[in-house]
Amino acid sequence: MEKNFEPVIVGFLCNWCSYAGADLAGVSRMQYPPNLRVIRVMCSGRVEPSFILKAFQEGADGVLISGCHIGDCHYVDGNIKTLRRTPLIKTLLSQLGVEEERFKQTWISAAEGEKFAQVVKAMVEEIKRIGPFKKQAEEESDDFDDKAYGLMIEAAVTIEGGNIDG
Amino acid sequence: MAEKIKIAIYWAAGCGGCDVAILDTNEKILDIAEAADIVLWPIAMDYKYEDLYALEQGSIDVCLFNGAVRTSEQEEMAKALRSRSKIMVAFGACAAWGGIPALANLFEREEIFKSSYLDTQTTINPEKVIPLTKCKVPEGELTLPRFYNRVWTLNQVIDVDYYVPGCPPTPETIWTAIEAIVSGNLPPKGSVIGSLKSLCDTCPREKTEKKITEFKRPYEVMIDPNKCLLEQGIICCGPVTRDGCGHRCINANMPCRGCYGPSEKVADQGAKLLSAIASIMDVKDEKGAQELAATWEDPAGTVYRFSLAKSLVFDYKKGGE
Repeated sequence: MEKNFEPVIVGFLCNWCSYAGADLAGVSRMQYPPNLRVIRVMCSGRVEPSFILKAFQEGADGVLISGCHIGDCHYVDGNIKTLRRTPLIKTLLSQLGVEEERFKQTWISAAEGEKFAQVVKAMVEEIKRIGPFKKQAEEESDDFDDKAYGLMIEAAVTIEGGNIDG
Repeated sequence: MAEKIKIAIYWAAGCGGCDVAILDTNEKILDIAEAADIVLWPIAMDYKYEDLYALEQGSIDVCLFNGAVRTSEQEEMAKALRSRSKIMVAFGACAAWGGIPALANLFEREEIFKSSYLDTQTTINPEKVIPLTKCKVPEGELTLPRFYNRVWTLNQVIDVDYYVPGCPPTPETIWTAIEAIVSGNLPPKGSVIGSLKSLCDTCPREKTEKKITEFKRPYEVMIDPNKCLLEQGIICCGPVTRDGCGHRCINANMPCRGCYGPSEKVADQGAKLLSAIASIMDVKDEKGAQELAATWEDPAGTVYRFSLAKSLVFDYKKGGE
């Protein structure tokens, strides 16, 4: 594994609370690791499970979703949708072989800059510990030095004069 | 038609049901035979690898490829058929999205071998024999194709022109596809032969406001044949699945399992269904959501029953972009 592994974490922050919370952390000059790539969404309830999977497909090492505290949603019950999805997504990701540390969902209000900094710090530390996200196929050696194609393929090679790809 | 078109039908990691489905077109199979010459069909006729390799590049008009790609032999055959076929059709759910075999992507190769050859109760294997790609015997060296670490869809391995959905495709769908091919009246490349609507769109069941208070499996309830299955707590893949199957499952009072794949505007069938289900869960607090989610036995296996290999986490070309 690389020694100086810097994880890439995609953060979906809601416009009304968590994004403002992140802003507060910045304005207050709080120190936290720069590994979070923030995507501002109007509501945490807008974040579909496909977005999370897409982030991992594109090479993210972790995904953070943060919205307003329950009861504070700008759209009344947008974050209720988030809280319903979260346990299902957690189960789905663990079944798909994505470690649980890679997905986190929190509630951060506009006043909680300090909490935001802590959440990011803790998440970066955890992901640094477990290492980069690996796609399933990378485990397998896809080089063809293992020439175990089977006899029939060898026969085919003879017919084709060495060009098995046709 | 003056000249018959040349069709090849091949199977890889599949069950053979797609081949049988072609025969299920009943008397229309004779029309197919009239319009087309079958140049390769291992399940029905005697063909050897040499027969395929003897064919020239581009000499096959259409290849109907069913089954996913799990071994090196299947990948080689897919590539050999691609170079010899003008049109490549991913035929059936396995070739298109991985199908049932792709559910094995939830496990590592080693786990699969251990379970299949050592752990299952019906297995008697005291010498702990596990298949290897090479094996020395007194007569010489024996080889087997490599078993990949995961299941690949056909379009993750080769370029695919059309998709015929279904597990297996219904005779009507097959006939539509064959007619389009024979008449030369083909849709744009990359099209799926099927409806543009979702199954829910055409479902005749009565739909009111949906709320799930407990996830149930079909055997646990007496299913009301006139009411939406989701409203009865049963997970139905209708909202995200392509229509075109003729409602076979829901007419038999069973939920849609999603074999016609994602509907037109859906990229990731499972993730979309998970989202849809979450929005009808009848809970308002975190504890309730966790408890309710825990009653769902196998989310990944349910939402991705036929499309796991195309889940965004698994969807990339074999051997890099």
